Amino acid sequence: MNLYDILGPVMVGPSSSHTAGAVKIGLITRRLLGDAPAKADIALAGSFAATGKGHGTDRALAAGLLGMQPDDTRIPNSLELAREQGMEVHFQEVQLKDAHPNTALLHVTAAGGRELELQASSLGGGRIMVNKLDGIDVNFTGESHTLIVHNLDQPGHVAEVTSMLSHKSVNIATMQLYRNKRGGYAVMVLETDQPIPEDSIAWLSHLEGVIKVTYLNTMQEDEHGL
Amino acid sequence: MAFESMEEWLKCSQDKNISAAEAVILEDMSDRGVSREETWARMSAMWNAMKSSEQDYDRALRSHSGLVGGAAGQMEDYLKAGHSICGDVMGKVIMRALRLGESNACMKRIVAAPTAGACGVLPAVLVTAAEQDGLSDEQMTEALFTAAGIGQIIAARAYIAGAMGGCQAEIGSASSMAAGALVCLRDGSPEQMADAAAIAMKNLLGLVCDPVAGLVEVPCVKRNVIGAVNAMAAADMALAGIHSTIPADQVFDAMKEVGDQMSSALRETAEGGLAATATGRAVSERLKSSL
Repeated sequence: MNLYDILGPVMVGPSSSHTAGAVKIGLITRRLLGDAPAKADIALAGSFAATGKGHGTDRALAAGLLGMQPDDTRIPNSLELAREQGMEVHFQEVQLKDAHPNTALLHVTAAGGRELELQASSLGGGRIMVNKLDGIDVNFTGESHTLIVHNLDQPGHVAEVTSMLSHKSVNIATMQLYRNKRGGYAVMVLETDQPIPEDSIAWLSHLEGVIKVTYLNTMQEDEHGL
Repeated sequence: MAFESMEEWLKCSQDKNISAAEAVILEDMSDRGVSREETWARMSAMWNAMKSSEQDYDRALRSHSGLVGGAAGQMEDYLKAGHSICGDVMGKVIMRALRLGESNACMKRIVAAPTAGACGVLPAVLVTAAEQDGLSDEQMTEALFTAAGIGQIIAARAYIAGAMGGCQAEIGSASSMAAGALVCLRDGSPEQMADAAAIAMKNLLGLVCDPVAGLVEVPCVKRNVIGAVNAMAAADMALAGIHSTIPADQVFDAMKEVGDQMSSALRETAEGGLAATATGRAVSERLKSSL
């Protein structure tokens, strides 16, 4: 583990998995939605459901959705802040098959109508893993620069993405491909060593057959000094 | 890669004729590809965050469950009366460990070291040491590098999560880290640092993670106190020249083995130990119906 997995994060208590990890799940959901959620339906599974209230997991998830980092001292009041900012949040419990004990399933809708469904787990020490995106299995942590492309399952899209990255001298660290069925809906998740230029992201999103492009730039978090 | 054994770490610092903390800094620079300034600034921010987390304590706060809060305030009043058994320095360490443990349970900002549940051990010991010996922020930042270096070795050889290794992996690790850091602050040798880390862990070996109702409150808050007090005793023993018969690396390996043998009921599941007592279960039932 790196030095700051041992000392740190600076966070609002009481639990790195049930509080700090939950804030990160909310935050990654907001960033993947690309907008402030106007409505969030959150289902808690396993230990999140059993001990979440006492650990502030509900407030932590809402805080992340409001754009707060795990060290934001407003986290304990996030449910009130959400009400003030007009963000509707509902919680329920859910049983998820084969899921990590600390898992949340979030369905969020932006004011403009854009929707996202995300399932993520808190692995401990504040680290998280996104397991499902819009119903499709994925695996990424949000700790690297991450490019997520939703496209129609047809030949050529992987080549378009990888040649763009090659052209921009961006090295791919990991790459995963998923689809719901042959010729159906596909998702590719790429973690990269360098940031990806914004105009290249915009270019990708206009390609035929590409449904949605989402990009997580880890610099945003680094600047925060966590 | 970070050091995976105390032996490797001490050899590196000896071969290069640098301090243990300096060896950790160099490893981190190559591990994460960062400059000395970057890692120094980040560790220094951790120290500042620890100091403010200790000062931000509010004795009026209670946790959401109502189980903890106010104890550090009681301790403070008691110390002011001047009749404490442990005396002023140890008394302050106890009070500060309680402050941090309670602040964490009350959703205040803390530094996970190595976990949120064990966040009180390092600040309790280090803030008190800085105050007592008039140490600079630079010295304290350096001590944190040493502490984190010990934690890295523990993480590589054993566990730092209660769910994996029980409380010995959280409070035990924090105590081991704090003991080694204290030795460095008193200009002890790297060998004494390793002895202190070994002794502190040995004393807490076998400690189970049995939180009442699954919350980081009972017994976690007070266990921060024992981690801190134990770290001071271990550091004093090492500085006195007392060796740990079992070397630090083997102690950490033993911690892993004990953790592996620990029933899952004793690893953060709230099914065994104090959580399974009549009172522990009654609290859990009460919270289920009220929360």
